[in-house]
Amino acid sequence: MKRKSVSYAKWGYIFLIPFFAVYCVFSLYPLIQTFYYSFMDYQLDKGAIGGGWTREVVEVVPEWCGFGNYSEIFKSGSDFFQTIWNTISMWLIGFIPQILVSLILAVWFTDLNLKLKAQGFFKTVIYLPNVIMASAIAFLFYNLCSKGGALYDIFGFDVLAENAWSARSVVGFINFILWYGNTTILLMAAIMGVDPSLYESAQIDGATSTDIFWKITMPLIRPILSFVLITSLIGGLQMYDVPSLLTNDLGNPIVEGKPTLKTIVMIIQTNKDGNIGKASALSVLIFIFTLIIGLAMMLTSEDNDKKKKKKKKVRG
Amino acid sequence: MANLKKVLAGSLSLCMAASMMTACGDDSSSSTADAKKSTTSKAGDGTGINKSEDRTNTADLHGADSSDESKNTLTIYCWNTEFKSRLDKYYPQGTSKTLETDADGSITSIDGVAVNWVQIENEGNAYQTKLDEALAGQKDSADKVDMFLMEADYALKYANGDVALSVQDLGITEDDMAEMYQYTKDVATDTATGELKGLSWQATPGLYLYNADYAEQVLGSSDPATVQEAVKDWDAFTDTAAKMKDAGIFMVSGFDDTYRCYSNNMSAPWVDADGKVTVDPQLKEWVDKTKEYTDAGYNNKTSLWDEAWAAGMKIDGKVFGYFFSTWGIPFTLLPNTLDTAVDDGGVEEEGNGGYGHWRATEGPQAYYWGGTWICGAIDSDNQDIVADIMRVMTCNKDVAKAITEGEQDYTNNKAAIKELIDGGYTNPFLGGQDHLELLTAAADKIDLSNKLSAYDQGCNEKFQGAMKDYFLGNTSSYEDALAAFKTSLSELYPTLTYDF
Repeated sequence: MKRKSVSYAKWGYIFLIPFFAVYCVFSLYPLIQTFYYSFMDYQLDKGAIGGGWTREVVEVVPEWCGFGNYSEIFKSGSDFFQTIWNTISMWLIGFIPQILVSLILAVWFTDLNLKLKAQGFFKTVIYLPNVIMASAIAFLFYNLCSKGGALYDIFGFDVLAENAWSARSVVGFINFILWYGNTTILLMAAIMGVDPSLYESAQIDGATSTDIFWKITMPLIRPILSFVLITSLIGGLQMYDVPSLLTNDLGNPIVEGKPTLKTIVMIIQTNKDGNIGKASALSVLIFIFTLIIGLAMMLTSEDNDKKKKKKKKVRG
Repeated sequence: MANLKKVLAGSLSLCMAASMMTACGDDSSSSTADAKKSTTSKAGDGTGINKSEDRTNTADLHGADSSDESKNTLTIYCWNTEFKSRLDKYYPQGTSKTLETDADGSITSIDGVAVNWVQIENEGNAYQTKLDEALAGQKDSADKVDMFLMEADYALKYANGDVALSVQDLGITEDDMAEMYQYTKDVATDTATGELKGLSWQATPGLYLYNADYAEQVLGSSDPATVQEAVKDWDAFTDTAAKMKDAGIFMVSGFDDTYRCYSNNMSAPWVDADGKVTVDPQLKEWVDKTKEYTDAGYNNKTSLWDEAWAAGMKIDGKVFGYFFSTWGIPFTLLPNTLDTAVDDGGVEEEGNGGYGHWRATEGPQAYYWGGTWICGAIDSDNQDIVADIMRVMTCNKDVAKAITEGEQDYTNNKAAIKELIDGGYTNPFLGGQDHLELLTAAADKIDLSNKLSAYDQGCNEKFQGAMKDYFLGNTSSYEDALAAFKTSLSELYPTLTYDF
């Protein structure tokens, strides 16, 4: 008997194999291992090295320590809460202008009435900073801010070294410059996805452009806005390259003994070569944070959708 | 168009796959650890143990077979180009090996063995981390490290670490090393066995190098003896700093310039044998002095190696002087003070920027700073070349003389230096001054017994980093700055304990 139809479903799975294989080896396994090591007392002595030639190499055996690493992270005097605050504040300094500027640009670029010329050129220019390596831009700003640089001459002091908030602002500004083009493109895609007939009918009904923005554009691009928010927050929590490069991993200015530019991932990175247990525990904590934030965002946006549907039903 | 889309889609998916690879960077620590675990050894693996003495000949220790490619490559780990440029320029005159060089004069192969420099940034222990990985895996690897360079700040780690060839096993005798300064040998001696593991071509006594024009202007004379009188101890140094300030000149450029004067005169190492960290009174002294200078405006608030720090070395750079060791003249001061860089066609002669306008004097306190030691790695598959390089670069009197004459470097060969002084040596960069005599006096005073630990690089960097904010006023108390130092050091070296 010949089958009537041929199933191509298996090819779908076959094509997925490469991704899952790579994912398991390079992401899933290390992830599980990180959880495992976070419960281990696993410290390496960086002041000793054994080649195993004339003497036995003293092997470092990870020992189970329960929540020891976690309690060390949360104990008083540790920098952990300070780094959370640093990370969040630097993220906010970068994100707020980023979302505002991106929204304005996205609205302008999609507004047919404005008839902007050379849109392709401007879109490219806006996106360009994102292509530059963070290290290059950090190096540039380091030189601008240090003695002899333009920013030093303008402000009269080293904005990166002598004041916590000015230093945080530099980091926020760099993140803003790097990412606003990306956000603009996402929001433009969202706005262009809105049915043009809605705009037309609003205009015919005499709506001002402010009305159109707040009553049509904003509600309809909200899913994308919350996507931008979540991805940016997750990226923000993992902020590392810019503050690390600007401060040589130290996270200075150190105000009253507390580093003000040190982010959560920076302490992971400085710990990972010596204190693997603690670095793993920190990674797990970031993972949990991200999970909570992601879930909370998802739940709130779902709730709103449901409410709307209910309203519609009532009206209908 | 369709093709373009395909290419775009393909490259995007590649990017995604690549970003996944980077995502697992956080866990590289675990793979290092695995590599370490797998190098458990069978003691006495070596085939030719010298039975007449009760010691292992390190040259006879061999692990996994090395590949042909490794046999034909001389792999050298380093953190800057200093040794490479010395080797390229001075090795040919002292060796009998066949060399091939490229158009720039770089040695590309020695006796048919290609030279491969692995250069890794020194700062933040990056060099140590990479070198540790390579050396810990040496036994099982087919790709052998042949040679590595190290600094005094962490030399003890490698000298004690069972990774470097004993110098005697390379065939270098006591006679070869007779003219070296004892302290350069102390730095690279295994404290457990007393065997010498590394050699240096330079001794690095420190001097205070000052701008002669400013000395003339403020002190009335640029004569080294007069200036020495004005900086003979820290009190005199501070008085002179006040005079300089009145003339609009900074006494030193930054916070860390005076650091080595104090840190090399510590009474005990940073970390003792039990792994306990102590802040020596000399360091507290440095902190107090630097705070005083910063508040009084005697320094320009720069950090070492900054652009502004380097800019002060121009002849009108508004900085009176710099503390420098021998290598500081050719490697830092000279290139920074020239108005037209050598690469841009400038000539090293009077009239080009500050050339000829600097002088040297002992300064307030004898100290040394830096220095590079050459080590052969155990199980190197090119030991004869390693031995030859070490012998030519560190033991050969004529080569040592040539290096001092050509580079203003103070070489680790007393006989060569003495011959130069007796021959009426003058240094045109220092306006015809014979600074070798000063350096000889300073070098004789260097004593490093019981002053080094394997953790010094991290301790020095983190201490300077944490104190910078105390000097700038971000952190108002020394205790808070010390706490910040403790936190950042414990991240780097989690196994250490503290007595403060």
